[in-house]
Amino acid sequence: MRISIAHSTVYRYEPPANGAVQVLRLTPRNHDSQYVARWRIDVSPDAQLAMREDAFGNITHVFSAARPLPEIRVDVDGEVETQDGNGVVRGTAERFPQSLFLRDTDLTRADAAIRALAEEIGTANGCIPLDSLHALMRRLHDEIAYDTALTNTPMSAAEAFALKRGVCRDLTHAFIAVARCLGIPARYVAGYLQLADGITEQEAGHAWAEAFVPDLGWVGFDPANAICQTDAYVRVAVGLDSLGAAPVRGARYGISAESLEVAIKVGQ
Amino acid sequence: MLSRTADNLYWLARYVERAEYLARILDATLRLTALPLAYVGAGNEWQSAVATAGCADAFAAAYPEANEDTVTHFLAFSPANPSSIRCCLESARVNARAVRTALTVEMWDTINGAWLELKKWSDGPSSRQDFSSFLRWVIESSLRFDGSAYRTMLRNDAYWFSRLGLYIERADNTARILDVKYHLLLPAIEPVGGPLDYFQWASILRSVSALTAYHWVYRENVKPWLVAELLILRDEMPRSLASCYENLVQNADRIARAYGRQGLAQRQARTIRARLENSRIEQIFQEGLHEFLNDFIKDNNQFGAAVTQQYLV
Amino acid sequence: MFDEMQGSEQSRQVVRPAYAALWDWLGETKPDVLDFRRREAELLFRRIGITFAVYGDAEAHERLIPFDIIPRILSASEWDVLHRGLVQRIKAINAFVNDIYHRREILKAGVLPEDLIFQNPVFRPEMNGQKVPHDVYVHVAGIDVVRTDAETFYVLEDNARTPSGVSYMLENREIMLRLFPELFSRYRVAPVEHYPDELLQTLKSVAPSAASSDPTVVLLTPGLHNSAYYEHSFLADKLGIELVEGRDLVVKDEVVHMRTTEGLKRVDVIYRRIDDDFLDPLVFRPDSALGVPGLMSAYQADNVTLANAVGTGIADDKAIYSYMPQILKFYLGEDPILKNVPTWRCRESDHLTYVLEHIGELVTKEVHGSGGYGMLIGPAADRATIAAFCAKLKSNPKDFIAQPTLALSTCPTCVEDGIAPRHVDLRPFVLAGRDRIHVVPGGLTRVAMPKGSLVVNSSQGGGTKDTWVLDR
Repeated sequence: MRISIAHSTVYRYEPPANGAVQVLRLTPRNHDSQYVARWRIDVSPDAQLAMREDAFGNITHVFSAARPLPEIRVDVDGEVETQDGNGVVRGTAERFPQSLFLRDTDLTRADAAIRALAEEIGTANGCIPLDSLHALMRRLHDEIAYDTALTNTPMSAAEAFALKRGVCRDLTHAFIAVARCLGIPARYVAGYLQLADGITEQEAGHAWAEAFVPDLGWVGFDPANAICQTDAYVRVAVGLDSLGAAPVRGARYGISAESLEVAIKVGQ
Repeated sequence: MLSRTADNLYWLARYVERAEYLARILDATLRLTALPLAYVGAGNEWQSAVATAGCADAFAAAYPEANEDTVTHFLAFSPANPSSIRCCLESARVNARAVRTALTVEMWDTINGAWLELKKWSDGPSSRQDFSSFLRWVIESSLRFDGSAYRTMLRNDAYWFSRLGLYIERADNTARILDVKYHLLLPAIEPVGGPLDYFQWASILRSVSALTAYHWVYRENVKPWLVAELLILRDEMPRSLASCYENLVQNADRIARAYGRQGLAQRQARTIRARLENSRIEQIFQEGLHEFLNDFIKDNNQFGAAVTQQYLV
Repeated sequence: MFDEMQGSEQSRQVVRPAYAALWDWLGETKPDVLDFRRREAELLFRRIGITFAVYGDAEAHERLIPFDIIPRILSASEWDVLHRGLVQRIKAINAFVNDIYHRREILKAGVLPEDLIFQNPVFRPEMNGQKVPHDVYVHVAGIDVVRTDAETFYVLEDNARTPSGVSYMLENREIMLRLFPELFSRYRVAPVEHYPDELLQTLKSVAPSAASSDPTVVLLTPGLHNSAYYEHSFLADKLGIELVEGRDLVVKDEVVHMRTTEGLKRVDVIYRRIDDDFLDPLVFRPDSALGVPGLMSAYQADNVTLANAVGTGIADDKAIYSYMPQILKFYLGEDPILKNVPTWRCRESDHLTYVLEHIGELVTKEVHGSGGYGMLIGPAADRATIAAFCAKLKSNPKDFIAQPTLALSTCPTCVEDGIAPRHVDLRPFVLAGRDRIHVVPGGLTRVAMPKGSLVVNSSQGGGTKDTWVLDR
């Protein structure tokens, strides 16, 4: 599938900020079932965009902008060719052994409820990883209601699981937390999803999980849609949680108020 | 030097100066209110002390009435009033502690010592006499701090920034006290020279420790326009606006020379000084003392903002 | 029980040679004179304003660490052993951290279990593959050493993150020189006052290659409210460098600058006394207001040196500690000069069984606790405390290690009713630069003030002593 992506983010500061620094993880890499045909990233005001790679192998761009800074615009535009890998993701940039992805983080730390779910799913599926993960994905999809009102409410996996509501980020955190309890390495993926219903305008990027299954390798699970990764998914960055894979992490100087506007188009 | 360090030094000096000024106002008000009513008139001196301290609104929000108890508490000891003597000394120490390495031992000892000593009065004064000795102690601490800065600090940017803070604060204080009392300084509201006015003028002079200086300079009875002239235009008077700006120009220029660059702050200081140099007291009265002082307070604030913008952030 | 002055119980009649002159002097000096000097010392410390905020102790927001005027003395030959042992230790630690964040040979060789690294909160994935200037990770270490007899020194802990206490080493000496000049005339004590010079030289030597020949070094502090703030400002002053907070620094195009009254100025080396977690909100804790946004990007671009490097906590982790002899052997091919305290790792089931059976004799510690918190001293604890601790231990054994209760040496100390032996440890400070490792002859001797107590941490009421290393 050939997927074109346009993703623009505008930060407005009132009064103008005294400067800002941002780290962007907005550039996908190639792997066996993903080829980046064209990709451009553009920042205004003009700034030196330094391209590097983070510890997980994600491509990052860092830039700083000086005062007075009324707004920052980050525009991403590109085309990616994808193939269906039956959920399995091969040929990715790996910088760690899988066991690193058993590490817990503040956002993915298990609590008693999550541990109980892990135990239940493990037992029900005879501790077979692939079966457990499929069961887990369906379970979270059915149990946690999708609620976009929570987009800007950062929550941990445990909090989202207790609330039984969340966005793709929260479902993914919960998925990761349970998988790690089962001893299955799991990680967070930030990227784009081309929707089946043909809607191209989206309010936010997508997020799902990858879990490491013996004999298969990394497999993409999308608990928000209860499917494994298909050729409709464009994988941009991975991390231990949403913070590690965040498309943008930034800071501004001064005491201005910030407003944010995001426009994403994912389509053929 | 670090902008934050310069900022701390600047505010350290301002807070110490403000604490001293508050102590002087309170001291002068105490004296004034101790006089029989016939000598001072029926105005509420405590209300005017609050106004002079520049925190009338905050006071009104916290207390129903201005009297000795409420005002001394509010201006001297209240932890809720960021401009109380107590808070000033505490803020001074916070700033001092943040830049301890930029201070001399003597300066640090003075501020730290004052802060420790302050705890003695954490429950307020035990008597009027105790309060008087508190005020004397505040003034002495400020003098000791100023003296130790003058005698022990290297003459470099650290010193110059702390002097900028000191003189900006002092200029603001002098202008404020004049502004609150300006109606007394205006001729022809009451028959000039009555006993009532004498004590009010003397009180103004006392609050800027200029009563003796007045007599040295003028060798005359206390006359309102001369009081105004002394505190606005006479540069031999250390708390006058003219003297403050003489010092501000000098210190700002030293910074510019050391850094090899001058900017808005230097230009503003010179402009304000020139205006003071070229003014005559008759003319100020003619055009309105209140307007003059108001403009000055605004200009002085703007100069402070220019210093901040240019060096301290 | 070994006493620094009087040796082992069997030899109590003979004063050990290094202490002979002190013994004589203590005999000659009247108790009231001693007491007077003690109070004078306290006054001096108060004047200097040494403050130490104790966690959770809002009342005593600023209070003094007790200072004991009787010095702890080490002979030249004792120091020689310590010195060699410390240098060896820091070499191994630096090789280890470098390896962990790059090739991970030690894991491939199976010396350490992989999960002990990858599941360890003090391991920083963000440092993976990151080159640090001149491959030095731990530039300043405070290695805690205790002794149990005349010959044996044990390393108790390798503090490889942001060890503090060096200001006490320096201040203690200053005070002693002022108060007891006559005692110094009876001894030839190696000086420690050049520590700040050595530290500055060490820091400049590890500047990134992009820096000028005279690199700009700053000390980054979390600020006034940090318990070690006094030390930060003390050191900045002694080193003649700026004491900066996060908000004083700004990253522009991958270069760190400080805001000065003359505009932005480039910074090359940051001696940081802020924990990893707070360094850069764009990489670590997003809510950190203490750090510098973008700092890690400048670090990655090789435009700034952080001392100590990020992620060095992996070297002073209590669980890793138990492997230190193997780590030394692996990287240096040498046996450790300073002993490791035998350690049971509760993560291993046979160790756990042993620990639970012998908990009354052992010191059991939480792997990620510090400052004497989260620790059980078996022989000193009552039944209820032990039971509660065991429950905690059983629920999460991998977070605990246990060690035998060492009979820490004692040193004569001024107490309420005269002079009595109190348990001590020693924290020497090791500096590792581009091509030189230096240990200033001395260190911070910490003393447990209550009788019989083995806890020397200042956060738990421990005091300090001046540490004298005798010149040969």
